[in-house]
Amino acid sequence: MTILILAEHDHQNLKSATYATISAAQKIGGDIHVLVAGSKVQSVVTQTGKIAGIHKILVADHAAYEHLLAEDIADLTLSIAKEYEYILAPATAFGKNIAPRIAALLDVQQISDVMEILGQKTYKRPIYAGNAITTIQSSDVKQVLTIRATCFDQALKSETASPQIEIVQGKQAQSQSRFVSQELTVSVRPELTSAKVVISGGRGLQNGENFKLLEDLADRLGAAIGASRAAVDAGYVPNDYQVGQTGKVVAPDLYIAVGISGAIQHLAGMKDSKVIVAINKDEDAPIFQISDYYLVQDLFTAIPEFCQEIDKIRGNGNLGQHKA
Amino acid sequence: MKVLVAVKRVIDYNVRIRVKADQTGVETSNVKMSMNPFDEIAVEEALRLREKGIASEVVIVSIGGQNVQETIRSGLALGADRGIHCETGQEMQPLAIAKILKKIIEKENPNLVILGKQAIDDDSNQTAQMLAALTNWPQGTFASKVVIENNEAIVTREVDGGLETIALKLPAIISTDLRLNEPRYASLPNIMKAKKKEIEVIPVNSLGLDAAPRFTTLKVEEPAKRQSGVKVANISELVQKLVHEAKVI
Ligand SMILES: Cc1cc2nc3c(=O)[nH]c(=O)nc-3n(C[C@H](O)[C@H](O)[C@H](O)COP(=O)(O)OP(=O)(O)OC[C@H]3O[C@@H](n4cnc5c(N)ncnc54)[C@H](O)[C@@H]3O)c2cc1C
Ligand SMILES: Nc1ncnc2c1ncn2[C@@H]1O[C@H](COP(=O)(O)O)[C@@H](O)[C@H]1O
Repeated sequence: MTILILAEHDHQNLKSATYATISAAQKIGGDIHVLVAGSKVQSVVTQTGKIAGIHKILVADHAAYEHLLAEDIADLTLSIAKEYEYILAPATAFGKNIAPRIAALLDVQQISDVMEILGQKTYKRPIYAGNAITTIQSSDVKQVLTIRATCFDQALKSETASPQIEIVQGKQAQSQSRFVSQELTVSVRPELTSAKVVISGGRGLQNGENFKLLEDLADRLGAAIGASRAAVDAGYVPNDYQVGQTGKVVAPDLYIAVGISGAIQHLAGMKDSKVIVAINKDEDAPIFQISDYYLVQDLFTAIPEFCQEIDKIRGNGNLGQHKA
Repeated sequence: MKVLVAVKRVIDYNVRIRVKADQTGVETSNVKMSMNPFDEIAVEEALRLREKGIASEVVIVSIGGQNVQETIRSGLALGADRGIHCETGQEMQPLAIAKILKKIIEKENPNLVILGKQAIDDDSNQTAQMLAALTNWPQGTFASKVVIENNEAIVTREVDGGLETIALKLPAIISTDLRLNEPRYASLPNIMKAKKKEIEVIPVNSLGLDAAPRFTTLKVEEPAKRQSGVKVANISELVQKLVHEAKVI
């Protein structure tokens, strides 16, 4: 059995969801090949080469892949798809954009957001915003899967890994679609989907400036910042902050929900976090029902106190460094 | 130009769904059904294109049993011109839906097809991409802005790092994200008018395609429940617990 993985990267670094996808492939078992498509991706290839358990890296380094347009990456993948029984991509905006296009070209029903691999083309995946988990068995000869990264460990690195490297000939870009521009959110914080601590703000924050409060706390905890849909829709923060059914899925060690009511669509993106803390001034906020610790307090007093309290214990020096 | 919009009838997003005791699915009897929220956004976008004079006709298509006509009707009440109901009693998975929509495209020759990015029941997020593959049209998924100019759709997409703008040659496939627009409500006169609008019915089995399911559902379960937690009195207690009990900071 041979498995192909579409690597997600930003041309510099391999994304953490790719590591989880590789570890999902290891659960399936068989030879694992990773396709690194992009333009000037040498450092990504080097990083991929240090992951344990990869047999081959396919490198398609071509100007046509600079922006990873679905049409081009699907064509490229199709050109090598024949020898693979499984094609896996992370269930991120990157994977979701491309994998169904590949699946349809192969006449395969893709399986989205795989949470668990049970063998014999049988998988668990969430439906209805994670309010139900279905076990499904595919009858397609080839399998095209997107992998929910939070449900799998990160593939391990190895000093002695030495996968074979094969160059795949890139094709001229198609002319149906073209890249115009991008506006990426610049952040000094850890990536939302791989951070150990996430602090998310909701409508309760009232405006974008008030997110500064959460930044102060995030500085102290080494946290990433997320948000509810309401906070994004109101323009407090950019769209890529959204956690939930139709945003990002996170499962950090610590998730702190501030001024978020706890709609099911939000819970869908964070309820697998190890420890959940909610701060809300409404005694009956639904988020409390899934929180390990909750505090009924106005966030505008609670968050500054939170910062002071951490400074206090750290200042005393008897509680060590923050680990994040 | 003609715009085709695909809409799915789903359990309303406000309903707290219940898994059936026999684990065969979720309870759908006596449950409020609505148009998939992303598809409302798709309809709205099409209507705005018509109001700007860019689109000349907005056609709504839905695949499913008899009752999807209600969903089509609600789209007509928002202002769409006519509807197509692809009738089937069978479960249709995204690949089959994409194949059916391709047939409708061949018949209708739209210049633009707008779908939701994700149906909130199966949460697949596949159909638009698959339809783009099958038609060999360009795709603009997760759109938060669409501008039509010079026979191109300029689509701003919500991606994990922020926003990306791409240009698609028409005809093209677009899938909507939440920030694309805010859907309108149907006005009473429009609801009345919608009653007279045409809904063409096309049996799926007359289309001559392989719409058989590619996976079977073995089981549907409730997710693991989280233990209900501890209320803390103040920040100092919270921080103590996080340090000593949960050991996460
Ligand atoms: C198709 C669809 C997809 C969706 N996808 C997502 C998704 O991916 N992610 C998502 O998050 N949502 C999603 N939603 C939206 C979701 O249904 C809710 O509307 C949203 O999560 C609410 O955000 P919120 O909790 O910030 O706002 P609200 O529900 O308005 O809650 C604000 C909370 O802040 C509290 N508060 C106010 N002031 C203070 C204060 N001073 N101190 C402390 N607490 C305060 C209030 O008590 C309240 O509980 C989706 C909805 C639909 C229809
Ligand atoms: N039965 C259906 N009838 C019409 N359109 C559908 C149907 N199922 C899915 N779609 C369209 O495909 C989009 C994505 O659905 P999915 O790929 O299932 O998440 C939806 O938002 C609709 O626009």
